[in-house]
Amino acid sequence: MLELSRLHRRFAGFQALDDVSLSIAPGEFLALLGPSGSGKTTLLRILAGLDYPDSGSVLKGEEDFLATPARERRIGMVFQHYALFRHLTVIENIAFGLRVRPWRSRPSRSDIRARVDRLLRRVQLEGLGTRYPAQLSGGQRQRVALARALAVEPDLLLLDEPFGALDAQVRVALRRWLRELHEELGLTSIFVTHDQEEALELADRVAVMNNGRIEQVGPPEVIYQQPATPFVCEFIGKVNRFAVRRHADGFAAGGWMPDGDPWHGRFTEAVAYVRPEQLRLAVPSSLPAWLAHLRHIYLAGGVAHLDLYVASLDLALEADVASEDLSRLGLQAGMELRVAPRGAVLFPLDGKGVPLCEERWIWHARSPVAA
Amino acid sequence: MRKRVLPGFGLSLGYAVAYLGLVVLLPLAALAWKASGIGLEGLVRLLSAPRTLAALRLSVGGAVVAALVNVVIGLLVGWVLVRYRFPGRRLFDALVDLPFALPTAVAGIALTTLYAPNGWLGRWLEPLGIKVAYTPLGVFVAMVFVGFPFVVRTLQPVLSSLERDVEEAAESLGAQRWQTFFRVILPMLAPTLLTGFALALARAVGEYGSVIFIAGNIPMRSEIAPLLIVQKLEQFDYAGAAALGVAMLLLSFGLLVLVSLLQRWSQRWAERSA
Amino acid sequence: MSAPLRSRPVAWPRRVVHAVLILLALVFLTLFLLLPLATVFVEALRQGLGPYLEAIKEPEALSAIRLTLLVAVIAVPMNLVFGIAAAWAMTRFEFRGKALLGAFIDLPFSVSPVVSGLVYVLLFGARGWFGPWLDSHGIKIIFAVPGLVLATMFVTLPFVARELIPLMQAQGSEEEEAARVLGASGWQLFFRVTLPNIRWALLYGVLLCNARAMGEFGAVSVVSGHIRGLTTTMPLEVEMRYNEYEYVGAFAVASLLALLALVTLAVKTLLEWRYGDEIAAHAPGGH
Repeated sequence: MLELSRLHRRFAGFQALDDVSLSIAPGEFLALLGPSGSGKTTLLRILAGLDYPDSGSVLKGEEDFLATPARERRIGMVFQHYALFRHLTVIENIAFGLRVRPWRSRPSRSDIRARVDRLLRRVQLEGLGTRYPAQLSGGQRQRVALARALAVEPDLLLLDEPFGALDAQVRVALRRWLRELHEELGLTSIFVTHDQEEALELADRVAVMNNGRIEQVGPPEVIYQQPATPFVCEFIGKVNRFAVRRHADGFAAGGWMPDGDPWHGRFTEAVAYVRPEQLRLAVPSSLPAWLAHLRHIYLAGGVAHLDLYVASLDLALEADVASEDLSRLGLQAGMELRVAPRGAVLFPLDGKGVPLCEERWIWHARSPVAA
Repeated sequence: MRKRVLPGFGLSLGYAVAYLGLVVLLPLAALAWKASGIGLEGLVRLLSAPRTLAALRLSVGGAVVAALVNVVIGLLVGWVLVRYRFPGRRLFDALVDLPFALPTAVAGIALTTLYAPNGWLGRWLEPLGIKVAYTPLGVFVAMVFVGFPFVVRTLQPVLSSLERDVEEAAESLGAQRWQTFFRVILPMLAPTLLTGFALALARAVGEYGSVIFIAGNIPMRSEIAPLLIVQKLEQFDYAGAAALGVAMLLLSFGLLVLVSLLQRWSQRWAERSA
Repeated sequence: MSAPLRSRPVAWPRRVVHAVLILLALVFLTLFLLLPLATVFVEALRQGLGPYLEAIKEPEALSAIRLTLLVAVIAVPMNLVFGIAAAWAMTRFEFRGKALLGAFIDLPFSVSPVVSGLVYVLLFGARGWFGPWLDSHGIKIIFAVPGLVLATMFVTLPFVARELIPLMQAQGSEEEEAARVLGASGWQLFFRVTLPNIRWALLYGVLLCNARAMGEFGAVSVVSGHIRGLTTTMPLEVEMRYNEYEYVGAFAVASLLALLALVTLAVKTLLEWRYGDEIAAHAPGGH
């Protein structure tokens, strides 16, 4: 169990970590997700012992992690640009962590060799052991970095943007492979990424960071479906945002009204977030909806992205439908159609227009009808 | 204090500062201290002595002219070495560093022999009425020699990273080759040329070994400032030597500050015209 | 506008310009650099090989060679260690006064060699700060070997540091951090990660440092006292012979120094050619 509490870290002129607390269970695969400058890498470096917080504590079980120097933390770390030792071969890179041990605890030459061979097989780099890092592709380097980190049999594996420097195809293949490896080894793994797709696909839990704070921690589906803050709504996935106001008979935006008011009339304005796939198209005229102009259809394989414009709200919307539904619904660029959200996340605004996250309202249409 | 992740901060910084302090700063402090012993009046008397003035004028004036000449020749040689391909280019490129590598005393006696009235070059210049060895001109030649590599070596990386498309753009707009050179290339190189100028200047102002042989060291005529320091030292006039040393230090710092101001100005100018 | 389309520039005038520029540059390099170098060897061998070898085998020459080597053997490693320490501190840590430290490291390059020697005379000479104390304890620094070493250390101090700092800055500390997390101790980290990454730049710096240390004239001339056979290094021996009109002898010793310069240039060119990217962009050397 890794317990981070109330971490603060300030660099000249900006707050990298602002009161961050987080607990990480053994065997967990956790993603630290956020835009650049959100503090995620700082958090990782503190765990690695490469940086120290101004205040706060990190406990690993009973052990004060911050008092333990980097070299004694039993950590495997994969650096963003891998930081392979350029003057050493793949084998020497992987063996490094074992060879620098004090002779008392250093495995024998043959043990080291055997372990390196095992790791080379595991990361599928047999036969490349005598190459130098400069002679490897990006994906191969990443796997060497991983093997090097695993060679010291760490309790905790830290990965800083592990796929950041790879091209798209290698990236997807490697991340499935990494997920399998994690399950096989049963390590606690923490990785930093700015790519939400990567975080949602790979991690057991995702911590979304912004401006040095953790906005939300939870399993990927919760992060996606029940975002805790406007930032999480906007950062994860695509989202449509618009304002709603309270009228005599409840909140409304244009012709659409979410039924009910969980705030019992305390607020008059709110901001609503609706994901593209939560927009229902061709709504029957019996239900409240917006009249939208279909400006363009972007066909992207199995999914079609629709570019809609609601004149009454002066609002551009994006909706996603399965490509096969295009003809079923008779959708064509230039047509007018009725659209309405099937679900939305709403945050009320206080007097100064600041969204109140703790008053979040997750709304679902009462009788969801298939689009 | 925050923990440092990489080891050896105290050791490396402590050692570096201690070493620097003992080898450079303490001796320079002694220089300042000894120089102050001469007093303001003594300083004025020393610096206003005609012989001192003549020597300083030769050291500084010669160095400025030599550095200017080096800018022109350095530009030519740098340009040729970077832009053109010809047999022996690598050899000549390596040769540029000769003045760095050749000990100054060796350069001094070689130049003197070369430019002496019966030397390989001197015998051709003598009939033309040009005397190099044992004249201020000789001082200037030696200063050009020692400062030569600076301009070429600062210029080369900049020249080779200069984007060719800017020149091509200029030419496609109808500029003549010489217009491209003077209006496009030269403004972009100006800050670099100034850096090279400053380095060559700093080197030449204080130069001793290669100059004293060829200078002839005739008081009021071909005597350089560093030689005056040596003479004062030989007469056990420590305070005078120290004061002259400080004066030379301040002078070369002043020149360098001037050049860096000029450089900042030219940088802005280059950016604006680019 | 009906200006005629510019046809491809005629090649030959431009080629003539190129040829003229190349010729000018080569003539200058030959007359100005190659000729002085040639003079050294021609003058040294003016009376044939016999007198040349005689001149080198004289006891004063031999002792000058020994002294030059001794000075370099002390001064270069001192500045090597300093260069590594300074580069490590400057590129791996943030601290107040870093820019100032950098400026101080470059300081010896902008000080006249004569002043570099002078400062030690003021410090340790008979009438210097520590002169009386040293005198009463029978320690001789000025007009003795320690003074030569100190003056040489002063003028060659920046060479190694100046090669290493930009390189280590560019390399960053990620590999060292990786080694740290993998459990390497401080010295393991240095010898197994840092040193292999900077070895060629280090060699390059040492090469330049050594060339200057062996060839330094102005600074050592001030502290030497010119005691033949005791405190004359090779450049000083050249000066003394030259001033005594022993031209063959002077140029004979000078030819050895010129050979050293040629070897330095050759190794330097080889290093730049072979390991250019591991030496990194370097500012031109100082005096």
